[in-house]
This record gives sequence, structure tokens and C-alpha cells, in this order.
Amino acid sequence: MTKMVVSAAGLMLLLPAASAYAVDVQGWLSTEGSLFTEAPAYGEQHRNNGSLAMDMKGYHAFATGSSITVEPFYRLDSSDPNRTHGDLRIGNFLYVADQWQVVAGVDKVFWGVTEFVHLVDIINQTDTLESIDGEEKLGQPMIRLTAWRDWGTLDAFLLPYFRERPFPGKKGRLRGPLCIDDTKAAFESSAGKHHLDLALRYSHTLGNWDLGLYQFYGTSRDPLFRENESEDHTLIPYYQQISQTGTDLQYLHDQWLWKFEGLYQTGKKKESGALVFGFEYTLVGIGDSKVDLGMIGEYVFDERAIAANSLYNNDMMLGLRINLNNPASTEFLFGLIQDMRRDSTAFLLECSHRLNNSFKLELSGVIFCQIDPTDPASVYRDDSFLKAVVMYYF
Amino acid sequence: MKVLLVLCSLFFCCGQAHAATATEKGYEIIVEADRRASGFGDYTMDMEMILRDRAKQESHRSIRSRVLEIASDGDKSLTIFDSPKDVRGTALLTFSHKLDDDDQWLYLPALKRVKRISSSNKSGPFMGSEFAYEDLGSREVEKYSYRYLADEDVDQIPCFVVELIPKNTENSGYNRIVSWLDQKAYRVVKEDYYDPKNRLLKTLKLHDYRLYLGFLWKAHHLQMVNHQNGKETDLLLSNFKFNNGLTDQDFNKNSLQRLQ
Repeated sequence: MTKMVVSAAGLMLLLPAASAYAVDVQGWLSTEGSLFTEAPAYGEQHRNNGSLAMDMKGYHAFATGSSITVEPFYRLDSSDPNRTHGDLRIGNFLYVADQWQVVAGVDKVFWGVTEFVHLVDIINQTDTLESIDGEEKLGQPMIRLTAWRDWGTLDAFLLPYFRERPFPGKKGRLRGPLCIDDTKAAFESSAGKHHLDLALRYSHTLGNWDLGLYQFYGTSRDPLFRENESEDHTLIPYYQQISQTGTDLQYLHDQWLWKFEGLYQTGKKKESGALVFGFEYTLVGIGDSKVDLGMIGEYVFDERAIAANSLYNNDMMLGLRINLNNPASTEFLFGLIQDMRRDSTAFLLECSHRLNNSFKLELSGVIFCQIDPTDPASVYRDDSFLKAVVMYYF
Repeated sequence: MKVLLVLCSLFFCCGQAHAATATEKGYEIIVEADRRASGFGDYTMDMEMILRDRAKQESHRSIRSRVLEIASDGDKSLTIFDSPKDVRGTALLTFSHKLDDDDQWLYLPALKRVKRISSSNKSGPFMGSEFAYEDLGSREVEKYSYRYLADEDVDQIPCFVVELIPKNTENSGYNRIVSWLDQKAYRVVKEDYYDPKNRLLKTLKLHDYRLYLGFLWKAHHLQMVNHQNGKETDLLLSNFKFNNGLTDQDFNKNSLQRLQ
């Protein structure tokens, strides 16, 4: 605890110093508590946990429009040492010309259109310790060239260094019976983490259509696992080399958004694919109120070997988004995930509410209400939780 | 005799003009107002929004805005949120169109995600305020039908009173809007908004007009009062800058992602 307070105080002291150099500094601090409804399933796991996190962004723009951005992130966790982790989310130089730009350094890139799963989003590794929705990402070192013309936007990526996926430790929740030993990760490529990955993406907006198409060659962001028989029964992540073609499409019609993401992947062993499609419909101002109601329906089918470890392999997802449109921007998202082959159901909840100009309250949770024993997600059956986060923005 | 003829013809003309209709006169007034508000090229400005609930408790929002005029179509605009701090860096890109629905994208900085959003129904509140999206966007002449109602003074300023009726009633929160434009400069000084059941919903008053580029009047204080829920929103505009050399390149999905 003392360590936490000292580091937080130290970082606060750095802020005024940084602003003196015409650098725009902003960020957030958060305190978080997770309550699990059931006792842990596996030996050394702690029941509940609390943690503190900080994200700080420094930004400097040059008169030419080019800029430097640095955004470190750090979390201290009370129960899982693996979850006490830091990352450089962003650390790059951006050069902007008339119809093109270059990013050199660490950055985040998001591709995709659907709400529940993010199949085609491949540039950044997922920070699984931060959230189970797959939306938190590790910073990815890259050189990115973007050019835009009347016919669309081209993005070319050189990705010289691979980021391994982080996993909960033996004391952490939301894991399987065997811990993952990421210190022993194995790679198909002899270059290991230094394999140069490449990606090229074309995207365009044509009237009510938004479309993207890309080709990726390199290290799969999703590992397979091998059992480590020699030692105390751990799993070792194994990262394959893949070639992946992906597309995302979205069509807007009145209050309807129709969405599709698909990918086709080839590796050493076999070829496989995955797709997700669905809609989002928004009812503006239900009744006489200001409340917006969004309805989401999506279906995902993923035949890749890695989907065996995922919540989403052959599932239907239904979502209800309620936006009160009040000054506190209170929002709720309820989700239902139903496996189409097995008798497994999970509920999701996300909620946020602004307390004032600097503070925001967030609640989220997952209830694994019925999980078929043959479902890979059954390892989480005792891990239903509710998480409360207070964010302070500075 | 000559005088009588002139008088007669004058009377005839006026009579015809009246018969030729409130619709035409209303349309002409709005077209003239639109003509006078055009030709600015581009501008940037800052907005401070003050939301007041019934108990007069305030919350504030700071917003930056960039607008590019498109001669043959609606304007392109970029709105960047500076506060509240949790939405800092969030940006809204809008291509408004004369007839079709606007194109709109929202940039979420935490995920670095650009999301296409539906903009056909613009009746929803902007940032929890009493302003709806449709009150703030560029109002295209083609999207309403018009009726001239009367001449009337507002704060001793002689005004035309024109009624605007949305052509697509499904996508507007209003049954009709009544607008007061001053007869000299065709500036909107007041508007009443009626809900779908034709009850008075809100009143907007525009103050502190200042002249830019020798022809363009911009209000710097907008006051919106909601009569049904007792809440108010004040919008203070400042720091107008013209001729920034903005182009289409500053209003696309790539520019959205590099905003700070």
C-alpha cells in the first residue's frame, strides 16, 4: 500500500514539471474493486481484488502539424502479481503531409465494426488483464504510412516487434485450472518476437457504406497452448505464423447499422475462417423522453483452433444499450451471450455515470449463469463478478 | 387620374403578393437569410455550454469547432470536446447534405476507434443539454417548407416571423419552428420550437451579434429555455477565426484520428 501511495505521489509531482515545457499533459487515475460471487475454483486464487491504475498522456504539437505523443500506463493489483503491470500504450512521432502521414513508434490501431467481438482487429495485442471484452490493447511498435485520395485510404504497416499476450497469474481469477507460463512462450518463427510482421489495409466510405479490406503476414496475436509436462503443469503459449485476409463492412440505413466482419487465415497446419455479422438499431427519444434505446443483435462463428479458448465460437449475442442523455451521460449496456451448440449462457453489464467534471463511476460485470461442462468457457463458471471503478481525470 | 392608376396598380400588386402567398414570402426570406450567411469559406471557434437544471445547478462543457463551407452541398464540420474531462478528445465529424441524411462519425480516443453513427434522427439532446443535434447543425433550406406569418417586433427590432415545417417529420423532434428574423440583416433573433403534439417546447434567443468579414453576422450568446422541463442551456461562442485555409483534407476519418 505504501508503495502504491508513493508512486502515485511521485507521478503527481512530475506533472507540473512536464507542463512547463509546453507539453499538454492529461490522464486519469482509477481505483477499482472486483467482487466475485463464488469462491475461487483453483487453489491459490484470491477471492476478490482491488487495484489502482494510472494512464498519463503527454502531447506536443509542432507548428507544422506534426506531433509527439507519449502515453504510459501502470496498474497495481492487490492479489495478482501478473496484473501489476505497466505498458507504453503510445509513444510515437507523427509526421503529417498534405495527403499522407507517417507514425513511427508505439501506437494503437482499431479495425472493425461489431460490438461484442473484434475479429478483424489484429495490429495490437489484447491486454487480457485489463478487461475481458478484448478492447484494451498493448502498445504496438510500428512504422505506419497512411495515404488518402478520392478513391480511399491506404495504410501500410511495418511491425518490427511482437507483443506477447499477458495472462493472469496463479492468484488471479478468470483463468483455467492450469496457469499460463508466459516466460516460456514459443514461436513458430525462428526470429521469435523480432519477426517483422507486415500489414496493408484499404478502407473507404461510399455513401452509406463503410468498408475495409486488409492482408496481414506475421505472428498470430492469439496463441495456442501446449502443456508443459516437465514441470508443475503449466501451459506454454505458442505463437504461429499466419497469413490473414480480413474485411469489415458496414451499411447505414436510417436508424439501422448493418455490420459484417470476416477473416480467412492460413498457417503451417491448416486454413480456417471466422465471421461475425449483425445489426444495431437505435430508437431516439423513447416515449416522450430523451432516452435513446439501442438494440444490438450479432452472430459469430469462429472455426479457428484458437476459438476453442474463446467465449465466442458459435454464439448469438443480444445487447440493449440505454442512454439517458442526461447531463451525467448515464449509460447502460446489457448483453446476453448464448452458445448455439451448447447450453451455455452468460450475461454482461456495463454502466457509466459522470459524477462531475473530473470524476466518473463505472460498473461492469459478467454472470456465467449456465455453462455447459464441455464448453471451453466452463473454466470460468465460478468467476461471475461485479467490478466498480472510480475514474479521476486530470 | 394618373395618381389613382398608380395607387390602383400598387394595390393590385400588393394584393397579388399577399395572395402569392405566405409560402413564397416565407421561402424568400429564408433564402435571403441563407444567402447572407454564406460565403465565409471556413471558420474555427470555441463554445462554452452551461447547462442549468430546475434547481439552477450548473454543469459546463467546452467544445472546439471547425467548419468548412461546401458550395454545392451542406457544410463539413468537426466538433472536438475538451470538457467534461472524461470525454476529452472525443470528436464528431459531420458532412451535412442538402437533401440526404448527414454523414456522421464519432471518434473515441480511448480505443482509437472511429464509429459511423446514424444521423437520420437528430432530435436527441446534444451532450445532455437543451439543444438538440438538429438545433446546432447547419440548417439546410431544402429540408423545410415555409410560411410567412407576420411582421412583429422583438425587443423593439422589427422582425419577419416565419414558420418552418420539417419535410421529414419522422426524423425531427419538432412539429414546427417559428423563427423571428430582423428585417434589416436577416439575422435570427428568436425561435420557438413546438413538439410533435404542437405544444410549445423550447424558446431560443440569440444575442450579441458581431460582424465578420464585412458581411457575416454571428451570434455569440444563445439562450435555450425548455418550457416543459424548466431546464436551460446557455451557449457562449467566442474566438471566431476565418480564412484558416481549411480544406477537405482537414475533414476526413484520418484527420479525426490525429486530433488532440
